[in-house]
Amino acid sequence: MKTTPSSPGSGLAPATAPASGSRFAQYMQRMRSGELGSLPIILGLILIVIVFQVQNQNFLTPRNFVNLIVQMAGITTIAIGVVYVLLLGEIDLSIGYVSAVAAVSMALLLREPISLPWPLAVVVALLVAAAVGALHGSIITRFQVPSFVVTLAGLLAWNGVVLILMQGAGTVIIQDQTVLNIANAYLPPALGWALALGGVALFAYSQFTNVRARNQRGLTNRSTAITIVQVALVALLSLGAVYFANLDRGVPFIGLLLLILLAAFSVLATRTKFGRYVYAIGGNKEAARRAGINVERIRVMVFMISSVMAGVGGIILASRLRSVDTAAGGGNLLINSIAAAVIGGTSLFGGRGKVSSAFLGALIIASIENGMGLLNLSAGEKFVITGLVLLAAVLVDATSRRGQGGAKR
Amino acid sequence: MGEATPLLELRGVSKRFGAVEALTKVDFTARLGEVMALVGDNGAGKSTLIKGIAGIHTYNEGQIFFDAKPVTINSPRDSAALGIEVVYQDLALADNLDVVANMFLGHERTQAMGMLDEDSMERTCIETLQSLSVTTLRSVRQEISGLSGGQRQAVAVAKAVMRNSRLVILDEPTAALGVAQTRQVLDLVRRLADKGLAVVLISHNLHDIFEVADRITVLRLGQNVHEFMAQQTNPQEVVHAITAGKMLHVPGMAEVEIQ
Repeated sequence: MKTTPSSPGSGLAPATAPASGSRFAQYMQRMRSGELGSLPIILGLILIVIVFQVQNQNFLTPRNFVNLIVQMAGITTIAIGVVYVLLLGEIDLSIGYVSAVAAVSMALLLREPISLPWPLAVVVALLVAAAVGALHGSIITRFQVPSFVVTLAGLLAWNGVVLILMQGAGTVIIQDQTVLNIANAYLPPALGWALALGGVALFAYSQFTNVRARNQRGLTNRSTAITIVQVALVALLSLGAVYFANLDRGVPFIGLLLLILLAAFSVLATRTKFGRYVYAIGGNKEAARRAGINVERIRVMVFMISSVMAGVGGIILASRLRSVDTAAGGGNLLINSIAAAVIGGTSLFGGRGKVSSAFLGALIIASIENGMGLLNLSAGEKFVITGLVLLAAVLVDATSRRGQGGAKR
Repeated sequence: MGEATPLLELRGVSKRFGAVEALTKVDFTARLGEVMALVGDNGAGKSTLIKGIAGIHTYNEGQIFFDAKPVTINSPRDSAALGIEVVYQDLALADNLDVVANMFLGHERTQAMGMLDEDSMERTCIETLQSLSVTTLRSVRQEISGLSGGQRQAVAVAKAVMRNSRLVILDEPTAALGVAQTRQVLDLVRRLADKGLAVVLISHNLHDIFEVADRITVLRLGQNVHEFMAQQTNPQEVVHAITAGKMLHVPGMAEVEIQ
């Protein structure tokens, strides 16, 4: 359970205290100024786990842990794209049905009479999703219309496209074993251990080289003790997760895929020019434009990321269900994906958030659904509780912004 | 303060917006190592003049000399290529990014595989701020949202200076600042000139201008009224020029040159 690798040089960590002051003092000051970070989410998660574990002893079992990873995979993937869109200060309401368009395209390409090999079917499905995103983005930027309206139209239109593609068939079964393995295969225990150890070693290496490089350049630094604690925590979480999962079926392959996606999109957001421009546009579009950034191009690309990640999520969900049907992409998939990003701490007002919030938010949503499923609560009760959690997250976002001294836009 | 050749010289520039003549045959100079103040009442044409230098719009007539060579400025890019940086009143900083990210916005340095070279940028950022003696920032990793108005102005100025600029234009840099912060910004303006840059300072505050400016150009109703040497004049004279200065051309009248 390694979250995004954050480095002192990521440039997005606010430090309202003197750089030389103790980290703890800085942290406290940040809390007081309303920059709550991941703290409320993690506290909320602990609370959820305790409540469900007290109600039902089956919640914290290896079996349910592995189920949870598989259950949260689709939402997490889609929410990664949502984080990027929200960072711009935009919204994408079409992701639910765009994910279905990709999944249905893949399923139809795999099936007779087309019978494409799986890599081709997956790539074509994702290209379709990319084209959809490019279309949304181009309309939004060319005609300067709100993304809310364009993607709302997309929500309706792509739902229609799904129904047309299905041509009255209720369900298309997926028979390709590789595609089915995406959400249904598990890593052998030894491989799980090896990957966890390798990942931790890589994380530790990057952290310590970073600290050393900054020391050599004479830049202010975190203390080595903090870095050691951070690495130890990551090691404990990832090795613990592998141990726990290995007690059951092992680490799901999809869990590994999620970590890779999260890490890759975190790096894109925090360590590249593209990511920096996304944050800049979300923070002050005019400043970004005057800095010579091609704002419209970045916006189109973000809508493409949103649609492609929706497509990946749709394929994961289809693999898990072993089929696609006319209801694909409907229900509360859209709401859950956006809620995951927001609950995870990405601001709806643009410019603030992290890719890891997709993971944390999806974990909370999936835990609540999973736990309430164990308690045999009705669908109605589930919706009400998930809604309240979302409301709480938005309130935390709004109040913490107020604490930052009128950064309202 | 000798008669150094001007870095930037505008000769007889005019700008019309439809029937409105915003600038009429204005001359303007900026010299290296000097602060040139640009003053005038609202609507005198200060912004129109500056926008022409910045490449936001082009003058209808007149010539621009830079380094004694005639140049054309048709876009902000042309202006930046000459080494002209404008710090606008709204500063154009992204609140949610830290100081380093803002200073390098649009000009980020990268290392292997397109990764941002944060350490190198942070170093240059610290060096630039130190060279300007900006000591009020506690950390260059602070978000802009946590900075005071004066600190923001300092960041915006440092950003302009860092691009190897030769002419820095500051639009009302002290307009929204308190006493202590105004002091800091004025000191900064003076240091820019002392570093050998040409500085143009637009301001309504004559007190500020007499503290830092070497020369003062007064515009009135789109025309030059006078260019003063700051040490050889006084605020009364400048105020008189702003409000009642004599104009060479009568707006709206056909050109009857008296020369």
